[in-house]
Amino acid sequence: MKNCEYQQIDPRALGTPASTPASTLPHPRKELPHPRRKWEVFPGKNRFYCNGRIIVARQCGVLPLTLSLIVLTTTLFFTFDCPFLVAHLTVCIPVIAGVLFLFVIITLLRTSFTDPGILPRALPEEAADIERQIDNCGSATYRPPPRTKEILINGQLVKLKYCFTCKMFRPPRTSHCSLCDNCVERFDHHCPWVGNCVGKRNYRFFYTFIVSLSFLTSFIFGCVITHLTLRSQVLNLNGSGNVVELVVCFFSIWSILGLSGFHTYLVASNLTTNEDIKGSWSSKRGVEESGNPYSYNSIFTNCCVVLCGPMPPSLIDRRGFLPPDVIPQTVTSETELHPFMTKNDTNMEGNCQEFAVSCTA
Amino acid sequence: MAETHSLQDLRQQATVASKVFVQRDYTSGTICKFQTKFPTELETRIDKQQFEETIQTLNNLYAEAEKLGGKSYLEGCLACLTAYTIFLCMETHYEKVLKKIAKYIQEQNEKIYAPLGLLLTDPIERGLRVVEITIFEDRSIGSR
Repeated sequence: MKNCEYQQIDPRALGTPASTPASTLPHPRKELPHPRRKWEVFPGKNRFYCNGRIIVARQCGVLPLTLSLIVLTTTLFFTFDCPFLVAHLTVCIPVIAGVLFLFVIITLLRTSFTDPGILPRALPEEAADIERQIDNCGSATYRPPPRTKEILINGQLVKLKYCFTCKMFRPPRTSHCSLCDNCVERFDHHCPWVGNCVGKRNYRFFYTFIVSLSFLTSFIFGCVITHLTLRSQVLNLNGSGNVVELVVCFFSIWSILGLSGFHTYLVASNLTTNEDIKGSWSSKRGVEESGNPYSYNSIFTNCCVVLCGPMPPSLIDRRGFLPPDVIPQTVTSETELHPFMTKNDTNMEGNCQEFAVSCTA
Repeated sequence: MAETHSLQDLRQQATVASKVFVQRDYTSGTICKFQTKFPTELETRIDKQQFEETIQTLNNLYAEAEKLGGKSYLEGCLACLTAYTIFLCMETHYEKVLKKIAKYIQEQNEKIYAPLGLLLTDPIERGLRVVEITIFEDRSIGSR
């Protein structure tokens, strides 16, 4: 804030006197340290690391648990099962497990640390312009005009809701994550396991993560069973490591396989978890014009678009420098204004969904 | 981002009269496309055809960035095989086109819009939501 006050005075100071460096010393000292980057004034509830290179949700407490479960199980597998299996079967087993493990860890970290597709909040002028539009549309009645906008997408009527936090009409498929306090494009769900929202930019990472994880758990589960049966033929059972692995794998395998199956279905029909749970395009709503307007009507094309389509850019430019004349106060003050209003329809979209997904899985 | 000095002058010295926002056109899905409808505020400032041409070129550039096809699928599959680590060191097709767009906007500003006392803002700076057109009060500064 001190910085901004100074910035406002700056242009005049430059113009009038032939700037005397000795007298203006205290000011440049405030200015000099380092120009501030945009992530430092980011209004959402996110945490940034490595000078803005890494973005995660504020509560990412479960991410270490996810990571340690994966690492623990794989370590146990490598120490207890691999030596026996290599001796009795083939050396391919640790190689396959190693590759899968690396793949899982990398995609997990990519999911957690990538911007999910956060839409920056509207600047004051843009917000004012939208306000004007809303006022023009509504007739002069007692009730304030509805904060929705109806548009046609591929011949289908879609309602856009106004976001009171971000001061804009949410683009189609965008939803406001109450945990991160951001509008996220193609919002899927907020996943506490990876400690981030899953959206337009990291859905493919997330999908690869769960699919490779289901391969890894199935592989380890199969190997442990093989190990136990082979060993029981030779001598009686022992090894507590196997039991831990078996338990972890047994419980995770069903949920993860279910989740991968569910997401494969979503990918094939170009849906998001959010839309699927809300039943946005289910046949109940509109009789004649139902169906997902974003789908390409071909499973193959949908998969390609969702998983291999062009990678959209991050819109929040968190490593960019703040322009000296822009004052970051606007957005933060706006968040304080309508805390009760934002609660309206965004609350549901957080944990409940993840919970619902794990239930269906 | 990368405006030239004359544009910077325009920004600092002329007073902003108003801003016009060209909204996104979602009729064909979530691909990035802007409405080509001519805003009434600009009627006294710029030729309708000129404006529509600029927006259309922008739309074409975004369509090129988001084009689906063998090349983009290949890029995606390659990235998937490397567990998406390749995105850390490779510039995607989208980013290349975004640079092209930034260049195009700067060029349009210098050639056409700044002399008319107008300024286009790169949509990427506004979250690809709007094309922001700033109308300046003082025309003389822009046209010198």
